[in-house]
Amino acid sequence: MKIEISKMLQKKKKQIIDLWMKNQLADAGLREDLMSNDELRVQSEELVDALLKRLNEENLADIDSSDFDEIYEILGGISITRARQGFSPRETGVYIFSLKDALLEILQQEFKNDATQLYNATIKVGKLIDNFGIVTFETFIKGREEVILRQTDEITEISTPVIRVWDGILALPIIGTLDSARTQVVMENLLQEIVNTGSSIAILDISGVPAVDSLVAQHLIKTVSATRLMGAECIISGIRPEIAQTVVHLGIDLSNIVTKATLASALKYAFSILQLEVRKKQSNSVKI
Amino acid sequence: MDRRTMATMTTTPVTVLNKDSMLIVKEQDVVPFRNRVKEYATKIGMGLVNQTKLITAASELVRNMLRYGGGGNTLIEVVSKGRENGIRLTFSDKGPGIANIEMAMKDGFTTGKSLGLGLPGTKRLVSEFDIKSKPGEGTTVMIIKWKNG
Ligand SMILES: Nc1ncnc2c1ncn2[C@@H]1O[C@H](COP(=O)(O)OP(=O)(O)OP(=O)(O)O)[C@@H](O)[C@H]1O
Ligand SMILES: [Mg+2]
Repeated sequence: MKIEISKMLQKKKKQIIDLWMKNQLADAGLREDLMSNDELRVQSEELVDALLKRLNEENLADIDSSDFDEIYEILGGISITRARQGFSPRETGVYIFSLKDALLEILQQEFKNDATQLYNATIKVGKLIDNFGIVTFETFIKGREEVILRQTDEITEISTPVIRVWDGILALPIIGTLDSARTQVVMENLLQEIVNTGSSIAILDISGVPAVDSLVAQHLIKTVSATRLMGAECIISGIRPEIAQTVVHLGIDLSNIVTKATLASALKYAFSILQLEVRKKQSNSVKI
Repeated sequence: MDRRTMATMTTTPVTVLNKDSMLIVKEQDVVPFRNRVKEYATKIGMGLVNQTKLITAASELVRNMLRYGGGGNTLIEVVSKGRENGIRLTFSDKGPGIANIEMAMKDGFTTGKSLGLGLPGTKRLVSEFDIKSKPGEGTTVMIIKWKNG
């Protein structure tokens, strides 16, 4: 008589979970530091429970069946949490594939006298779990990508400080590529600081910008214009010789903008606009 | 259709010593691509000024490809001609193409409300420049920057 694989597995739920847990706990790579064994058991039970509840003879052979949506949901959740907790992709992969070992062991016990059925069942269950594995990897990578994107945002935030170098003078060292998103942050921070401090001069230092192409130049020009609209003057400093030559060949016209080679010369220029003078202190011994 | 759309310039026969390619599909690909170009330029001992010119040119073309061509493929090659070594970059997209290359090569011509300096500026920054485009089929731009060029 032909036994239904799904029904059989459902009856063996407890055994499957126990076997799976045994496999996991026996693994040398078990990360008890990242997740307690109790948590692991709860997570594993939830997955087996959901899988066996959905499984029937038809969808067993159809990995794309919408019956599995909930399972993919659970897998996605597991995968993302694991990525955030610091599990390696291999560890998460081993987690899923050790379920396959447990299921196959059960199949072997049940169908030990029927090679054809054992073969069929093994292929089907194997395919299904393999697909679970793939989904897990995909979500794992997505989880990691989200982490990277968040870090990128954070870096953008911290790498655009506005410094009050003097009363009325702001300096903004820009390090790295000035793309559209970055320009937006730079501009917002700068304009806000101009308001907050009542500064009349801003120095944009681009010593740390690797290349000035037409897009970066356009962003610089826009920032300067916006600063002027706020009633402040904007100086661009830190133009390295190779950047100057490139900008000229490219044909970008920066003649309407005050540019200086170094931050020091920009500061000097700013002082002169504010009619400030920095002098060396007269020595007392000169007195007669 | 304009027959002059296939503009071809002199392409020097060169020996390819090393090649690498990179797919460009999003803004985030620009910086890694530029860094890769810089790596190759440094490897052949290109000076800082020429390096900066090359990566700026690369930056222009790769941005054009993203903005107008919907992304595409890039080829980075270390080439040699006689005693001269250099970097050859090829940018190909399957975008809408350029209807009038002569116009596109003029300073200030833009359909993207930009500066219109990318193509003409790039040509001034590199040693050799070649552009081929066919409306509806795509655009391929090839540049060479010689180490001492
Ligand atoms: N790969 C491409 N596919 C289709 N059209 C292109 C492509 N590259 C350039 N063009 C067209 O050629 C025009 C000129 O390009 P160019 O790079 O010189 O200027 P831009 O991109 O408009 O401005 P900028 O580069 O100064 O920001 C573009 O506006 C666009 O219409
Ligand atoms: Mg351009």
